Amino acid sequence: MTKAAELAKMGEVLTNSQIGGRRNIVINGVHKISQRGTANVTGLGDGDEGYSLTDRWRHTVGAGAGRYTASQEAITDLPGFTTCLKIACTTLDTTIAASERFILEQRIEGQNLQQLKKGTSDAEKVTVSFYVKGHDSATYTVGLYDTDGRQVGATFSVTTSWARQTVTFPGDTTGALANDNSAQLHLRFFLHGGANYTGGTFATAWESATNANQISSSANSIFESTSATFFITGVQMEVGSVATPFEHRSFGEELALCQRYFERTEGITSTARGVSGFSLGAGVWYAANQLLAHFPFKQTKRAIPSISVGASDALKAYTGSSSAISANDSSVCDAIGLNSARFNFTPASNGTAGHGTLIHLQENDTISVDAEL
Amino acid sequence: MNIEQAQYKVDLDGTTKISIKATIDGETWSVPLDPANRHYQAILEWAKIDGNTIEDAD
Repeated sequence: MTKAAELAKMGEVLTNSQIGGRRNIVINGVHKISQRGTANVTGLGDGDEGYSLTDRWRHTVGAGAGRYTASQEAITDLPGFTTCLKIACTTLDTTIAASERFILEQRIEGQNLQQLKKGTSDAEKVTVSFYVKGHDSATYTVGLYDTDGRQVGATFSVTTSWARQTVTFPGDTTGALANDNSAQLHLRFFLHGGANYTGGTFATAWESATNANQISSSANSIFESTSATFFITGVQMEVGSVATPFEHRSFGEELALCQRYFERTEGITSTARGVSGFSLGAGVWYAANQLLAHFPFKQTKRAIPSISVGASDALKAYTGSSSAISANDSSVCDAIGLNSARFNFTPASNGTAGHGTLIHLQENDTISVDAEL
Repeated sequence: MNIEQAQYKVDLDGTTKISIKATIDGETWSVPLDPANRHYQAILEWAKIDGNTIEDAD
């Protein structure tokens, strides 16, 4: 790039206010937060959808033969980055049915997207950048999907070495994004697609969503070889036409952002540190066979969350004699709000009505709070 | 999202529905009655299918 071009770009960055303040709309772009666990998730595919590993990253895989393993990997060959998500094919899909599709995506709240001015005459360009590599040279599709029914896409290349890919999407003067806590825009990476999604004219400009125009017909499939891999990190989405350097956040800051959508508490055990389990909240024996207690969340949630306790005997409540009593019902919460919930369960043995208590998460057990999109 | 079973839970008054105990993808969840909650949204869709019902509280 010439000096003049560099200065022009710098001027654009300044005009778009891309320096200063938070630039990256994506959360956990480096896949460093993985509250659901760090072990490989195997056997994914064939109709699976949801959140399986790194926080905020969702997968949707249509029914088909292809299977893959997702893993959070340490990076040693991309200076400045330490973690990534790896998708590794484990079962081929040699006969791709028309309805098959594999999406890796992040769904974004409308109230975090108003700076895009989408649906107005001042609609801003959006630049998406990310680092990728794979087992071989390949082409995939990245796109934006507006839940009100608009879409745009672009292709990107993958080689065997890390490379930063940048795509700038035009501003969309149609379809304003609701200013609320619902999913209004999906940032999508397509790793596989059948004719229902590749058979039309690939949408490289914003258009009313048409399935057939969603994925480039020249794109590869992650399921075309059992040695196929896809590594991704440093995902950034920002207003403007320039991909600024990746905005690194502290671990604590990124974790807090993720916990607006999902949090998991573990009953960690460490004899060396004198830790066994985790105290959740104070409560009362509402009756001899019924406990009520406060369960505060770590972060205010996006919406009122669902709660799951990892095992039916994960909780214990202390009695006046300091003995512990296990719960026998794994649906133990109600009166759930944005900031806390109420434990309400019948323990395995009785206490004394009116006495206070402390609810404790047993060692190696977990409790999950989910307000994902 | 695979929903296998859903049952209302009631408040201490014994009548006011305040959440749903649901088995989703093999795990038991306490699901709030919040239209913005993805599990609740899925349960409502599941309940529209013939033969699926959110059971009354015990």
